[in-house]
Amino acid sequence: MQQSNTYIITFSVILTVVLGFLLSGTSQLLGPIQKEAEALDNKKQILGAVMDVEKIATMKPKEIKAYYESTISSKVVDINGEEVAGVTAETVDIAKNYKKPAEDRLYPVYVYHEEGSEDKVVAYILPVFGAGLWDSIWGYLALKTDLNTIEGVTFSHAGETPGLGARITTLDIQQRYQGKEIFGESGELMAVVMQKGEGKDYSSDPHKVDGMSGATLTAKGVNEMLKNYLSSYLPYLEKVKGES
Amino acid sequence: MSTETAEKTEIKKPAEALLSKRRKKLISDPLVDDNPITIQVLGICSALAVTTQMKPTLVMALSVIFVIVMSNLTISIMRNTIPTRVRIIVQLAVVATLVTLVNEILKAFAYDMYKELSVFVGLIITNCIVMGRLEAFAMGNKPYDSILDGFGSALGYSWIILAVAFFRELWGSGTIFGVPVFETISSWFGEDFSLATNSLMVSPVGAFIILGLIIWVQRTKTGYVEH
Repeated sequence: MQQSNTYIITFSVILTVVLGFLLSGTSQLLGPIQKEAEALDNKKQILGAVMDVEKIATMKPKEIKAYYESTISSKVVDINGEEVAGVTAETVDIAKNYKKPAEDRLYPVYVYHEEGSEDKVVAYILPVFGAGLWDSIWGYLALKTDLNTIEGVTFSHAGETPGLGARITTLDIQQRYQGKEIFGESGELMAVVMQKGEGKDYSSDPHKVDGMSGATLTAKGVNEMLKNYLSSYLPYLEKVKGES
Repeated sequence: MSTETAEKTEIKKPAEALLSKRRKKLISDPLVDDNPITIQVLGICSALAVTTQMKPTLVMALSVIFVIVMSNLTISIMRNTIPTRVRIIVQLAVVATLVTLVNEILKAFAYDMYKELSVFVGLIITNCIVMGRLEAFAMGNKPYDSILDGFGSALGYSWIILAVAFFRELWGSGTIFGVPVFETISSWFGEDFSLATNSLMVSPVGAFIILGLIIWVQRTKTGYVEH
């Protein structure tokens, strides 16, 4: 049976409208829940830089939220290390800021302190963002109070190769950064560089990290990302050092 | 111009049993004899991509079951009103809507899964099994039969990708559903003994190998030959 054009057009219009309403309705309905899930995931990643990830996985969303609120105080600084007023750190979209020139970006800082007492700082958590081999990579870098030693890192990625570059999300890789130092002996910023090849022992060198076999390009991205963001945070770090 | 490709298998009988022999065949056929992955070799893309671990594979399987059953049902209900000339676009619109729904629901209630699977869930739209069933069955059959047919095909897809994921996770990561198996086995034999994992299994190549083996075993058993 061959239908008339009018029938086909009417049918298509009705179908489009019905499906459109269905989708926008769902989006409206689930929007707030999705936002919350996203915010929670972000908090998990931030805490992951200073806490045992497996412990976070066993915590309920409410516990994570409560713990986050009692241990993290956040602020936003600019490229000169000056605090930017009126912006909540958690709402800063790092990916969007990454597209701007470094001078115009907003830089959130999450200060991890002992539960309930803001003066007893344990670590400074800084977000980092960059490009891996295939797509964006990002993460959080936690510095101890000497602002030199790395307390821990978490990395995430959008599309690195499974089993190769995607390994940056594993504990195995992330633990290699613990205890490394970002400043050289004379105080210059050296960041921490992941090496080519895997299986060597770099425990005596505080600026080198064992590489990921088969994922040298992702490692390059990680190195680049850490260096970029650490140099952007440098004025802030120096300011904090001067205060203490 | 007739582009009708749907098989008209409608049989007019007063009150057929809810699970008559014919209807049971709708479900059981795609499990082995007419399996969408191993016989028709459809839906390979996602079978390779998501099967490194059991958990995401299970979520993917459930998503595909939902999408195929619901789209088969929807298209079957509308089958007499859908204009033949735009039927593929109509099918696509319905499938795309359902897939988006699944994605949104995952994002709201299982954010970790969403992060891991989002790309592949979106790709269910292009999973040939979905469109294949719509075009070959739902366009010419009643809603209830279409549900059964969709369920059967989806199950056929699901058990294969779960089987692939089982071996890939076991050999690639030494775990099943995240539970360490290799470690436990190694500990039985003392400290010096440890089972090694094979990182080939974690890459898509591993899925090809496992899938190939499954197809080999199955075709040897059923005696299926490509024509």
